[in-house]
Amino acid sequence: MAKRSAPEVNAGSMADIAFLLLIFFLVTTTIETDSGISRRLPPIDDVIDPPEIRKKNMFIVLVNKDDQLLVNDEPAELKNLRERAMEFLDNGGGVGEEACNYCQGANDPTSSDNPDKAVISLQNDRLTSYKMYIAVQNELVAAYNDLRDREAQRLYGQPYRVMEKNFADATWGGDKERLKEQLDVLKAMYPQKLSEAEPKKRQ
Amino acid sequence: MSKFKKKSGGGTPGISTASLPDIVFMLLFFFMVVTVLRQTTPLIENILPTADEVEKLDKKDLVMYIYAGKPLPRYQEQFGTEARIQLNDKFAEVSDVQAFIEAERASKREELVPFLTTALKVDGETNMGLISDIKQELREANALKINYTTRDGTAAANIE
Repeated sequence: MAKRSAPEVNAGSMADIAFLLLIFFLVTTTIETDSGISRRLPPIDDVIDPPEIRKKNMFIVLVNKDDQLLVNDEPAELKNLRERAMEFLDNGGGVGEEACNYCQGANDPTSSDNPDKAVISLQNDRLTSYKMYIAVQNELVAAYNDLRDREAQRLYGQPYRVMEKNFADATWGGDKERLKEQLDVLKAMYPQKLSEAEPKKRQ
Repeated sequence: MSKFKKKSGGGTPGISTASLPDIVFMLLFFFMVVTVLRQTTPLIENILPTADEVEKLDKKDLVMYIYAGKPLPRYQEQFGTEARIQLNDKFAEVSDVQAFIEAERASKREELVPFLTTALKVDGETNMGLISDIKQELREANALKINYTTRDGTAAANIE
């Protein structure tokens, strides 16, 4: 009797099975990595007396329930906020020990002494919309980053944002330790002092 | 009885589909590698605000997600139209946030706990009152690293 060869398994439906799997993965997975504005909340146990901050070193941003801005007691527009914040931070009105030798601002004695002293205070209403809050946060962070960009360009010949991106990039081939030192210098020049007041209770 | 068999059909031969499964498997593996499984199904409207001063949230296993926003239309009958918090596929109250954080921490290896970040995925139309309450809870739970998840775009696009 002749030996019968084993019958071939029909692979015609293999493609269908693979498509099924493919569609399943397409539906249940997400491709994008999340990104957003990172912040650090203040710890809760700060019962120690807050340091005295002179009024001229404060940049007060208020957002009301109708998403309108009040900057240092005068109404303002979101598109001017970054510029206003930069003017305030970069003012360098201090003298003597408090002078700021890299600031390029107006040296207005009624505005901030130096970037280290300058504090931006953000207060919002409980009815402020989240998107307005994010927009304001974004502009204030952008003000800091713009100033750091400028100094980074002057000192190291490349913008701060690029350096920051390189630092976060695992495949970047440069000297990370040196980069970190440079970033720390820039951060110390314009420290991000953004304080958020707890929103007022509404009666 | 004819001596010669007629040659069957003079048409073009069909394209072989034998390699089709290979191609599809290749696509499948590509998608399996570049994507991650979606953790939660949103029960709320979640149109994130836009921003451009953003940092990437790598290391997805070190991120805790808190969603907030208006319930989707099909849940509005039951849960109303007021903005709600969603934790792990369920609607939750502000007071549940701390327990959620503790549960997330317990599920991670101990040495990774200090690196945990809380990502707030909040709909743009939500009132800040709810966010402040969440932030207060996070402070009490000592989960201080937060990230407001946003879409790409300028800040000005938010108020149009």
